[in-house]
Amino acid sequence: MITEALVLSAFLFVIGTLGVLVRRNAIIMFLCIELQLNAVNLSFVAFSRLHGMDGQIFVFFVMTVAAAEAAVGLAIIISIFRHYKTVDVGNFKLLRW
Amino acid sequence: MVTFLFYVFAAVAVGGAIGVVISRSPVGSLLSMIATLGSMAAIFVLLEAHFLAAIQIIVYAGAIMVLFLFVIMLLNLGHDYQKDLKVGAFSLVSFATVGAMAYVLSRQLGAADLSDSGPGAAAIDAAIAQHGVVGAIAQPLYTTYVVPFEITGILLLVAIVGALVLAKKNVA
Amino acid sequence: MYASLAAVLFQVGEAASAGGQEAAESGAHFEPFLPGLIVLLPLLGFVLNGVLALRHATRSAEAVRAGGELDLDEGGRPLTHTLPSLIGPGVLLLAFVITSVNFARMLGAHLEEPVVVTYWTWMATGTFSVDAALQLDQLSMVMMMIVTGVGFLIHVFSVGYMKDDPGYPRYFAYLNLFIFFMLVLVMGASYPLMFVGWEGVGLCSYLLIGFWFSDREKSDAGKKAFIVNRIGDLGFLVAMFYLFTTFGTLDFVPIFAGAEEAFAYGGALVTTITLFFFLGAAGKSAQMPLYVWLPDAMAGPTPVSALIHAATMVTAGVYLVARSSVLFALAPVASATVAGVGVLTALFAATIALKQNDIKKVLAYSTVSQLGYMFVGVGVGAYSAGIFHLMTHAFFKALLFLGAGAVIHSMHVAYHSTHSHEDGQDMRNMGGLRKHMPITCATMWIATLAIAGIWPFAGFFSKDEIIWQTAAFGGAANAPYPALYTVFWLIALAAAMLTAFYMTRMMVMTFHGENRTGDQEEKALHEAPAVMWAPLAVLAVLAVVGGWVNVSEHLRDSILGLGPLTSGWLHEWLHPITEQAQLIQDLNLGVLAESAPIVGGGEVVWAVLSGAAAIAVVLVSFRYVGGQKIVPAAEDVEPIGFAKVLYNKWYVDELYDRIIVQPILALSRFCWNVIDVGIIDGIVNGVGFAARGVGFVVSMFQTGTLNTYAFILTVGVLIILGVSIF
Repeated sequence: MITEALVLSAFLFVIGTLGVLVRRNAIIMFLCIELQLNAVNLSFVAFSRLHGMDGQIFVFFVMTVAAAEAAVGLAIIISIFRHYKTVDVGNFKLLRW
Repeated sequence: MVTFLFYVFAAVAVGGAIGVVISRSPVGSLLSMIATLGSMAAIFVLLEAHFLAAIQIIVYAGAIMVLFLFVIMLLNLGHDYQKDLKVGAFSLVSFATVGAMAYVLSRQLGAADLSDSGPGAAAIDAAIAQHGVVGAIAQPLYTTYVVPFEITGILLLVAIVGALVLAKKNVA
Repeated sequence: MYASLAAVLFQVGEAASAGGQEAAESGAHFEPFLPGLIVLLPLLGFVLNGVLALRHATRSAEAVRAGGELDLDEGGRPLTHTLPSLIGPGVLLLAFVITSVNFARMLGAHLEEPVVVTYWTWMATGTFSVDAALQLDQLSMVMMMIVTGVGFLIHVFSVGYMKDDPGYPRYFAYLNLFIFFMLVLVMGASYPLMFVGWEGVGLCSYLLIGFWFSDREKSDAGKKAFIVNRIGDLGFLVAMFYLFTTFGTLDFVPIFAGAEEAFAYGGALVTTITLFFFLGAAGKSAQMPLYVWLPDAMAGPTPVSALIHAATMVTAGVYLVARSSVLFALAPVASATVAGVGVLTALFAATIALKQNDIKKVLAYSTVSQLGYMFVGVGVGAYSAGIFHLMTHAFFKALLFLGAGAVIHSMHVAYHSTHSHEDGQDMRNMGGLRKHMPITCATMWIATLAIAGIWPFAGFFSKDEIIWQTAAFGGAANAPYPALYTVFWLIALAAAMLTAFYMTRMMVMTFHGENRTGDQEEKALHEAPAVMWAPLAVLAVLAVVGGWVNVSEHLRDSILGLGPLTSGWLHEWLHPITEQAQLIQDLNLGVLAESAPIVGGGEVVWAVLSGAAAIAVVLVSFRYVGGQKIVPAAEDVEPIGFAKVLYNKWYVDELYDRIIVQPILALSRFCWNVIDVGIIDGIVNGVGFAARGVGFVVSMFQTGTLNTYAFILTVGVLIILGVSIF
């Protein structure tokens, strides 16, 4: 079942990547990033079947970081929205040359 | 039975993931995401990561997704239904890239020779038998990984402060 | 001022020489007496005077900033201006006393092997190791006596000559530093240490030629001396490298001990080494074709010309050849080159000196010419004769330069009194100085007779021995090129006659006839003060008796001998140094000739002939020049014909300018305009433009859109994955 789990993880990661690439809604991009994180989590859990508990510990840390990231990221989205009245990343072009 | 359940949940997870990407409304995306997270929790159980399955439901599906939902509702998104998919050449290139990535991953997985269970599974079983489901993960967390664990605490504190500062309305 | 100091030193010296006598009585053992101190004392003088010079400069700058200038008038002189008068000559006197003690001890001991005093390992890398070691033997002792003795006299003279110069402490600092390096040069026990001194005296020469550096021409003269010397130094270095690859060491003692085994007689390697050494010697000792810097070096203060460019530094090349006598004896071709270049230089410089009007230029070319004689001496295997001429030349040429210094000093004061801008060094502006400067005139006449080769002055014996040795060498049983040496001998004789002529001309133009300085100025002409003429007097005595220490047996037995006054001492004294070279020469060349080539005649005959000829030339030229109408420089016309060629020094400077300086300038311009501006700057600017272009293209990726960034990120990940997988 480890192989299957890894294949599923790959599927989810690819779909998440696709989402980050093609969506312009900041919140959905963010969701897709969470999806990628989850795909990686799944890999870790699968590998923990081979190498022991450390993989699960790592997933624990990933979740904590994801929580922190979500808090800060959403705060940023809120402050951006206050400014631009939109969350479409196509409008945020300050970094453009 | 386990294999059957795995395929069922896997199908739900993939379907949810596709839903996240293609749903027009952010709320739709969010709900699809919760479906994915839920089925992943089930797969965690199948992989005997019980504690992580619980955390997945409580923290991810419960806390984080609700945070997203709050933000979406706070910003009153989801009514405009405006098309935000990038189209044209860029999306074609994106698909090509993602396809290439899928190809690389599948090639790697096809080449890998993975048995269904290794020494890790036995060790986890033994730890669960000795310390219980929570204790099995708590034991290394509070001994070997105690310093990263504490640092994670500081990270969360910083994140809280950062989120407050960022999201606070400018009074001045 | 020096009385009490001298008294103390005298006691020290006496005690020390008493020790030396004991050593002599106890046997042939030489105990060096504080040899390190000899070197360190001038260095100490340099440090003290240098500190004073810095202080002096600061105070002068402060005074100028305050709107005035530092008061240098008699009485109100600051301490920084008066102390160097004590320190500068003082350290030299001390060094001279210590050297004399060592000399006395060595006289008592029959030293066969050089004494090497090692202090510490200077550098050791791999198999190469050089010690900071001083070598005390007969040769270095003679050189040390000359350097400290003549050096001391010139320092004393400088106290009078330079006392009104604002750079007075700096002057003495440089002068002391020069003596330090010169002592390192002659006392160093290895070629690298000698090279340190060699370079050091070059540096001091540069500093002192350009002493009045605010004058562009003078600082240029300093640079010219430095650069021309560099060419020679390259030769010295290359020779050292060759020696090291052959012997694995650069210390004198092992090299000379192993030279006969390592080199075949006349072999290519030893010839190469000695030729490169001679290149170095030619640069330092102003031989053709590298002599051009020495006449320009007259831009420095006159005592400097006396010390560096006549008595000591320029003779370093002769010292080098004499020191390496074993190597040169093994290389007959190189020795012939040395003698040939020497004799050509002697003649060439003498012809130029015929038509020079600047009193110092005459002396400069005369120095070049006399150095040529020294090289002839060491080139024909008469190493002790070369050193002998070096010594006598140090006496009489230092005397001539110091006398010229006294004249220039007087002329300068005279022109200064009327604010005239006439040239105080031009002999055409002098004349009749005899009645104003009797002592200077008398001492300089002694030196002139000495350099002209008039019996029984010093130059007669030293120059005559060299000329005779040339003839004898060419007539040796197995002499390599007998005809060549005959030519050398004839040229040397001719150049000796020219010497007598141009020196007499100089003396007549300066001291005899009508005064041409100007009516007002003539009143200000005066004899030099005692501090200046006292060294002249001492040197005058030496210029007479200096030649009596090395008179060959034949001459001593003839009418030219002075009975018990003369001896062959120097030759015997240097015997341990030249012995090995002499043996090599005897072995390969056979017995030297007893009579001159072509016409025959022994040593005594030719000595009498050349002495008589010199007297004749002096008398004739005295009448001839005295009878000429000489006009002051301002009214004089350009010479014509051959005289013009000589006046313009055979156009050698112009020739060098054409064939060396101009091509180098052209090459430099090419490097600047084409290579630097075109290629190098082009590359640099091209890189700049390329960076901007690439930056412009790459900035296209900065769309500001998050999706694009994510896309690039993904592509990057893919590339890394792909690289690690495929």
